[in-house]
Amino acid sequence: MSGQPTVFAAEFPPGTDSFEFDSLIPALRDTAAATLVTKITLLVWIAVAALIIFFLVAYRDPKIVPTRAQWMAESLYGAIRDGVCREVIGREGVRFAPYLTTLFCFILLTNLFGIIPFAQISPNSHIAFPAVLAVITYVVYIWLGIKKHGFFGYLKMSTIPPGTPILLLPIMIPIEFIQNLIMRPVTLAVRLFANMFAGHMVLLVFILGGVALFEAENFLLRPVSLLSWATAIAMTFFELVVQILQAYVFTLLTATYIQSSIAEEH
Amino acid sequence: MRTYAAEEGGGHILLPPLAEIIVGLVAFGLVCFVLMKFVFPRMEQTFQARVEAIEGGLKRAEEAQAEANRLLEQYRAQLAEARTEAARIRDEARAEAAAIRDDMLAKAAEERDRIIAAGREQLAAERQTLIRELRAEIGSLAVELAGRIVGESLEEEARRRGTVDRFLAELDAQPAGSGGR
Repeated sequence: MSGQPTVFAAEFPPGTDSFEFDSLIPALRDTAAATLVTKITLLVWIAVAALIIFFLVAYRDPKIVPTRAQWMAESLYGAIRDGVCREVIGREGVRFAPYLTTLFCFILLTNLFGIIPFAQISPNSHIAFPAVLAVITYVVYIWLGIKKHGFFGYLKMSTIPPGTPILLLPIMIPIEFIQNLIMRPVTLAVRLFANMFAGHMVLLVFILGGVALFEAENFLLRPVSLLSWATAIAMTFFELVVQILQAYVFTLLTATYIQSSIAEEH
Repeated sequence: MRTYAAEEGGGHILLPPLAEIIVGLVAFGLVCFVLMKFVFPRMEQTFQARVEAIEGGLKRAEEAQAEANRLLEQYRAQLAEARTEAARIRDEARAEAAAIRDDMLAKAAEERDRIIAAGREQLAAERQTLIRELRAEIGSLAVELAGRIVGESLEEEARRRGTVDRFLAELDAQPAGSGGR
């Protein structure tokens, strides 16, 4: 295992080591708190600070006729409020807009770190962060469901699809239970994590692969490095799309789960 | 070129370190707290204020429109009234002008008739004077002529004078066409 995975082209092919960063505080290395202050957590804190500062500054003095920053902040909120909450949940959904917008912005910014120079890795490529977000979504929609329908009412609602023949119940109940109450948060977390993980890996393969080709002993291979780097640039744009899309998907699915919890019984 | 084999299995990437979970919870919780407490509720307020401002603006615009329409109607009515008034004044003026003209024509005709009548009267008076003078002159001329023809003066004889006068009266008694004109 390399101790210095951040050194330029230190290793090829990239492995899971490429996602591990040493503690920025040397005293904490090789302790249980080793991952407390790393590049990854630092990026998370930067995202937190950026979001808070951006929104507070943009909204320190809201006007009826918005300034540019205010307009941008409002557009983000309005897009989630009208494009996700109202579309998926309905009129009632507007009260979830603040949470869903926060969720979307947080995921989007941390995703974008994957292609922002010097950051160049998304904290969401560490399962811990998507897992935390998925668990919060899970708790929120379970809680809303129980509040609305009662514990057993919600359990019944989420395990027995309407109109299921009684004979099928022994099959349907476990399937629905696993799908709605176990797999939902897992897939939510893994989807985001895997996309960011794979995206980082793909970029590493083409960038470090280009370096490896450039340094190849067979000089005929060296020009191929340019192709590799060009592909890396193309993949960076592709990653941008994936990052935005995954932030949107996470938010949209959270809204869908909330909607299924507070929906009237079919 | 050094290469490293990935760590056996690599399954640990699916096991989140506790420290990162804590960081994630605290960090996301902080963002949620600040944005959901201080930013997004105010955004809803702003949206609401904006909706009200727009609705208020629309209402004000409608009122202004109604007011404008009312004024327009008023102006149109006034304009129509003014046109009618102008037409009336014009007709009156025309009638008045016609009356003045007729009046003047009548006066002129009267004046003309008066002048003609005066001229006629004067002519008649002068004719009378002429006739009277001529009568006297013709009388004396005729007497003188008769005296010369007869060869003796007849002036003394009053009868002669009577004869002349009678003669002239007879002339007058003849139809007007032969003597006066």
